[in-house]
Amino acid sequence: MSPTAPPGPDAQTAPVLLDRAGLQALVDALVARGFDVIGPTLRDGAIVYDRIADLAALPAGWTDRQEAGRYRLERRADAALFGYAVGPQSWKRFLHPPEETLWRARRQDDGFTITPEPPSPAPFAFLGVRACELHAIAIQDRVFLGGAHRDPGYAARRQGAFLVALNCGTAAGTCFCASMGTGPRAESGFDLALTELIDAARHDFLAVAGSEAGAALLAVLPTRPAGPEATAAAEAVLARTEAGMGRHLDTNGLKERLQANPEHPRWDEVAARCLACANCTLVCPTCFCTSVADHTDLAGTEATRVKRWDSCFTADFSFIHGGSVRASGKSRYRQWLTHKLAHWIDQFGSSGCVGCGRCIAWCPVGIDITAEAAAIRAMPGKAVGEGKGGNA
Amino acid sequence: MDARLPSTRPRPTLAVWKFASCDGCQLSLLDCEDELLAVAGALDIAYFAEASSTLRPGPYDLSLVEGSITTAQDAERIRAVRAASKYLITIGACATAGGIQALRNFADVNDYIAAVYATPAYISTLATSTPIAAHVKVDFALHGCPINKTQLLEVISALLAGRKPDIPNESVCVACKRRGTPCVMVAHGTPCLGPVTRAGCGAICPAYQRGCYGCYGPAEAANTAALAAAWIALGADRTSLHRAFRSFNAAAEPFRKESDAHGDENHPG
Repeated sequence: MSPTAPPGPDAQTAPVLLDRAGLQALVDALVARGFDVIGPTLRDGAIVYDRIADLAALPAGWTDRQEAGRYRLERRADAALFGYAVGPQSWKRFLHPPEETLWRARRQDDGFTITPEPPSPAPFAFLGVRACELHAIAIQDRVFLGGAHRDPGYAARRQGAFLVALNCGTAAGTCFCASMGTGPRAESGFDLALTELIDAARHDFLAVAGSEAGAALLAVLPTRPAGPEATAAAEAVLARTEAGMGRHLDTNGLKERLQANPEHPRWDEVAARCLACANCTLVCPTCFCTSVADHTDLAGTEATRVKRWDSCFTADFSFIHGGSVRASGKSRYRQWLTHKLAHWIDQFGSSGCVGCGRCIAWCPVGIDITAEAAAIRAMPGKAVGEGKGGNA
Repeated sequence: MDARLPSTRPRPTLAVWKFASCDGCQLSLLDCEDELLAVAGALDIAYFAEASSTLRPGPYDLSLVEGSITTAQDAERIRAVRAASKYLITIGACATAGGIQALRNFADVNDYIAAVYATPAYISTLATSTPIAAHVKVDFALHGCPINKTQLLEVISALLAGRKPDIPNESVCVACKRRGTPCVMVAHGTPCLGPVTRAGCGAICPAYQRGCYGCYGPAEAANTAALAAAWIALGADRTSLHRAFRSFNAAAEPFRKESDAHGDENHPG
């Protein structure tokens, strides 16, 4: 995939079917081509993304039940491999890692030498990327690669990545991609897209290629043609998932409404509940903020510059000369929500939210971005600058 | 080793002081093992009773202070330590918040003395356990019960290089998320103090599917009341909330206030 390709439907091949052994053959082929294959697996009571070599590592027969501040694994009636919505982690963890050493420096007699970090080792192949996550990756592409200052580490990891998307077969109570226009169908930005078809008679994966690399790989796998019945079954899976969305966000005029209400009383109300713990930003697949720190060793001969995930919910993050710009929890929550749903559109040309619901589920006190946005829409605090398109 | 600080400059002197404490934080320095030679190479260890019986007089460039002030003598002694020290860094929950022994602040210390000592008359102690900063100016506070050796080395290295120490004030949640640990509150319903606790330990307990015990004290902007409401929603009772906030950092203001809001051990809120 070219990470700079504009969004839009990629050329897709005619659908074919893979059975479970065929899916294992896909994993094997990716491993054989030198990819570091990352997929879903069970750990610590959640479905996380980690290195896999065998389908046995996948969460067969498990699903996730999610509500605000609550995530629980449950058994499914079948042995679906991708029968869950989304877990606590996103692919951000791999493309935009939590901590990255930028360079090291060593003192010499007459100055110092800088050693850049070696580039990432094996390229990643991601197995089971949801439509919301494809959109999140496209958003981070714009953030890290779309401007004048490209992030070389992100570019290297992203350039080599092979994306196997998955059309969602289940929606969580916290899902709202349908209302964000970001799912549940994987429309573009993937190399291969799968739809899991499982019932008493079969366990197949309807596959289409979305790139030349995807088509080339599909060509060497043991596939069989997908008839109209299989295609219709895949459509039914998507329709059922779309109907099962637990949440909804009305984005019509929302940007203007949020930007017109910086002193809405709801910000105080949510601040009373908000822990300012930063969980929402860290589980968000598009939140990209980092801080950079320099370390030196005891002898004063080596220095290291590291970049790591940070958050608009920490005081340090907005600390400038004289203090933190956002001292209160209210100002931090307002910054996050208005950036995500409003200013992001001005800055990057799209909403920063893809409707994955992670910030809702993984907030320890269950603050719900859709409810907060709806509250500000429904009850204008002070009707200033009523934006065009506002419909509240 | 010859490439370290210019040999023409004497190594800065280090003193390590113990007040009311368990010695665990001083041990973090000895626990540096691989880095201990580098510490001794960068600093001239002038006073460290836990490590050497050779105790040289001050002044000292850097004093690390462990423990809280619980006696009148110690209240005087910390002033002398401050006067002899160019930089004074407090290490650990006792020195920064009063420690577990600050439980006396919520009770009558004479009841504790009578319960613990065979001859209470031999004991002369203050009614409270207070942090070092309540007595003298502190240049930097390193939190934790015990402190983290990586953070200790970071603070010392930063001081030697004349840079700001990289010791974030963020919550334990940030460390859990960087580490990739699924939230124990959300995924298991386990009450956890992580959202209101300062990071620094590396988020060890949640990685073993335990809730955070709050060893590093209140995080910046800790909204303890909101977390307490979430604990109650998970089924915790007010006695357990009271006890959770009243441990190693009981006297740190946000935790003191929250524990008070949930009554006392005999009369939960």
